[in-house]
Amino acid sequence: MATEKRTHFPSAWLPYVLVAPQLAITLVFFMWPAGQAMWQSVLLQNAFGTNTQFVWFDNFRDLFADPRYLASFKTTAEFSLLVAVSGMGIGLVLAACCDYLLRAATVYQTLVIWPYAVAPAVAAVLWSFIFNPSLGLVTYVLRAWFGYDWNYLLYSGQAMILVVIASTWRQISYNFLFFLAGLQSIPRSLTEAAAIDGAGPVKRFATIAFPLLSPTSFFLLVVNVVYAFFETFGVIDAATEGGPMQSTQILVYKVYRDGFKGLDISGSAAQSVILMVIVIALTVIQFRYIERRVEY
Amino acid sequence: MIEHRPGLNFFCHALLITAIVVILFPVWFTFVASTHTAERMREVPLPLWPGGELWQNVVAVLRHGVAGASTAPVGRMMVNSLIMALSIAIGKIIISIISAYAIVYFRFRLRMLFFWMIFITLMLPVEVRIFPTYKVVSELHMVDSYQGLVLPLIASATATFLFRQFFLTIPDSLMEAAWMDGAGPMRFFWDVVLPLSRTNIAALFVILFIYGWNQYLWPLLITTQESMYTVVIGIKRMIPGGDASVDWNLVMTTAMLAMLPPALVVILMQKWFVKGLIEQEK
Amino acid sequence: MAAVSIRDVYKSFGEVKVIQGISMEIADGEFVVMVGPSGCGKSTLLRMVAGLESITSGDIAIDGKVVNNLEPKDRDIAMVFQNYALYPHMTVHDNMAYGLKIRGLSKAEIDTRVNRAAEILELSKFLKRRPRELSGGQRQRVAMGRAIVRDPKVFLFDEPLSNLDAKLRVQMREELQALHQRLATTTLYVTHDQVEAMTLAHRMLVMSTGGKTEQIGAPLEVYDKPATTFVAGFIGSPPMNLIAGRLEPDGAALAAEGGVRIALPQAYPKLGGRSMLLGVRPEHLEICAEGQALLVPQVDFVELLGADSLVYGHIGKDKASPRVAARLHASVKPQNGHLWLRFVAENVHFFDPDTGRRIEA
Repeated sequence: MATEKRTHFPSAWLPYVLVAPQLAITLVFFMWPAGQAMWQSVLLQNAFGTNTQFVWFDNFRDLFADPRYLASFKTTAEFSLLVAVSGMGIGLVLAACCDYLLRAATVYQTLVIWPYAVAPAVAAVLWSFIFNPSLGLVTYVLRAWFGYDWNYLLYSGQAMILVVIASTWRQISYNFLFFLAGLQSIPRSLTEAAAIDGAGPVKRFATIAFPLLSPTSFFLLVVNVVYAFFETFGVIDAATEGGPMQSTQILVYKVYRDGFKGLDISGSAAQSVILMVIVIALTVIQFRYIERRVEY
Repeated sequence: MIEHRPGLNFFCHALLITAIVVILFPVWFTFVASTHTAERMREVPLPLWPGGELWQNVVAVLRHGVAGASTAPVGRMMVNSLIMALSIAIGKIIISIISAYAIVYFRFRLRMLFFWMIFITLMLPVEVRIFPTYKVVSELHMVDSYQGLVLPLIASATATFLFRQFFLTIPDSLMEAAWMDGAGPMRFFWDVVLPLSRTNIAALFVILFIYGWNQYLWPLLITTQESMYTVVIGIKRMIPGGDASVDWNLVMTTAMLAMLPPALVVILMQKWFVKGLIEQEK
Repeated sequence: MAAVSIRDVYKSFGEVKVIQGISMEIADGEFVVMVGPSGCGKSTLLRMVAGLESITSGDIAIDGKVVNNLEPKDRDIAMVFQNYALYPHMTVHDNMAYGLKIRGLSKAEIDTRVNRAAEILELSKFLKRRPRELSGGQRQRVAMGRAIVRDPKVFLFDEPLSNLDAKLRVQMREELQALHQRLATTTLYVTHDQVEAMTLAHRMLVMSTGGKTEQIGAPLEVYDKPATTFVAGFIGSPPMNLIAGRLEPDGAALAAEGGVRIALPQAYPKLGGRSMLLGVRPEHLEICAEGQALLVPQVDFVELLGADSLVYGHIGKDKASPRVAARLHASVKPQNGHLWLRFVAENVHFFDPDTGRRIEA
């Protein structure tokens, strides 16, 4: 596919008019604030902005020395790993089954994909209701049948399980869709050749389909990690508010908490910058890898 | 292909059905909860089958909201969400399609600069720039307004790139033929490019509508008056911390209403939804 | 090495009948080509032998055993696909070794077989490469190598040369013939190209749309004695001239449509009075003197090919009368006028106008 058109319209002013809206919004709401965040991260400001000091990278140094920040890092890493692995694992297995069954595929597909339409925050409300310490159905079952005391407001491990479930619930649809599309794009003749060579369905999946899915898998890994890092803010806020005792406080939530609730502008800005760096790194990796994706 | 694996067949069906049951369970439960009275929803174990209070709950919630930390009527919040989602979807589509058109079909001096600039925005989801953006919005006096809700979320690099990629597959000869026929650039855009882009626009609309409807962090920051809340953040506010008594039936009814429009869009436009998700990430 | 038996096989996809009653006995070591126009069902038939499609009714047997319900891997067959179907993430060596590994052969045995096949196909240099680094012809050979190492009872080829350019096709035809002579494995080969069919086949199965058998026979037999007008028109280019008309009572001439009378090189009294189609191949028409001429077409246009000239014309008064094509030597340069053509009795074919079937004179 060409990356350029060979002919173009000759107009000096029209293109500028056309890009103006996006340009304007990008400058005002993206560039300027991003620049601001970076500027503020090297300042020390009190809440009212009346006292400002330029402190180089002190803010960053303080952050990395702060055990609570590091804990948040660890929490985020744990959380995104769990969400990515479980979301992708389940999505892959379901897609493989659906692909194998051919005929019933569209029905199953319709039923599995729509949770993606549900807002993460709403998903969290639903699941925290089911797991509600006093009224939740699962809580009841756990207590009545297994004698297990479930209270995610008290036990941090349980809180993590709850937010992982609520986040993954939604992502399974997304992963399922991509894996299914990937599986269906494998030419039928390859499957048939493997069958003639003697491979049964499971063997075909392991030796042919799965290796050929690696571009999709890698892509989904990055997407899932980005999702877990950023788009799950609603889940955390709706389900646990970062608790109990900040055990589910992922990085993006900490930025919000420290900035809006704690009014620590500089620290929060520094955290934002760190998150920016992470996103940029992930996006660059994704684009780099995608360019090499057209291997096969 | 001739293959007899009844065991595997059964296993796949069983797995898929189990998965669907587990996935749909919270929704079922929410639906059930929205059909009972508040009292019933305080007795353990909670019911698994629907009661008869659905209509009453819906009306109550739409008109009066839920007594709790937030008392905004849900009807109002649904309207806010709808306006926000539609504006974001339509807004994004419009500005990205004309930007993409400009990038592809014109040569102008700042073209590459512009291209890289919007590329960078791909790497800046709203969550990493919340405070400064908030500051800008409040300086522009857009707090608690629809513009404030919508504008910061509209400049979308993904949509621009998607359209750009699509435009690159339109044969050059089409444009040359139109040019020889006397059509100027905007004419060409309106008569040829736009109709050809119809499927892409439909697909994007589904994705962007869902994206817009499900926004959480940004509306949370930008709205302070209850009359401007969207339903997605409104729900969370209905649940005060701790074990204070909550009318779960009403909260769940609100949840149902919050899930309804995006779910409808996905189900009715499933084909475009799938296409939109997959095209977007290429 | 085994015989293949196709007995009264039918296949439908729902209401659509794709294969209608095909029967053929293929001897051990035979190279059989299934040829026909696009969509006639020949690939479907091949896939039914492979086990990739189910059989609606009828039997297919390999080496005496009915295989209708056997999975492909249990039929001891190997297939070469039109688009090669090579595993893109594996090297050439692994592509060929895949089937053997699954069957649990030892590494030593696998290497022996793969190396031997690579030698036969001149792929030894490429064993460590991936398919995307190979040309079309090389990929085709890898696909054949994958089939050879399995040492199966039957080879199945599904239009293997369609994706290659003309020159490569000629070369691969040679290699296929050499391969078959060397390995002598029973082979079923599908193509829509009649040249491939004529050059490669011991026997041909000519099929028409809807999966119907038109003729089964050796190539020259199919050329010299086509069983139906379909076969007559399919084999040979340009297709055989078919002129409709009624034989005069004494069988000495054909009263063709359009009021033309065509005298025949010999009389056919037994067929006198019947309406029929007269068939003569363009290459069997020769220029002659006016007095000897049996056909006198008015020339419409000429294609000069260099070695031959193809002349297209019509006999009779107007453009709607029977059309005639002749393949003449290039030295003959017909002017825009009439041509005097004759033909001999061996090259005359008669077909029933209603059934299309050959009538024996």
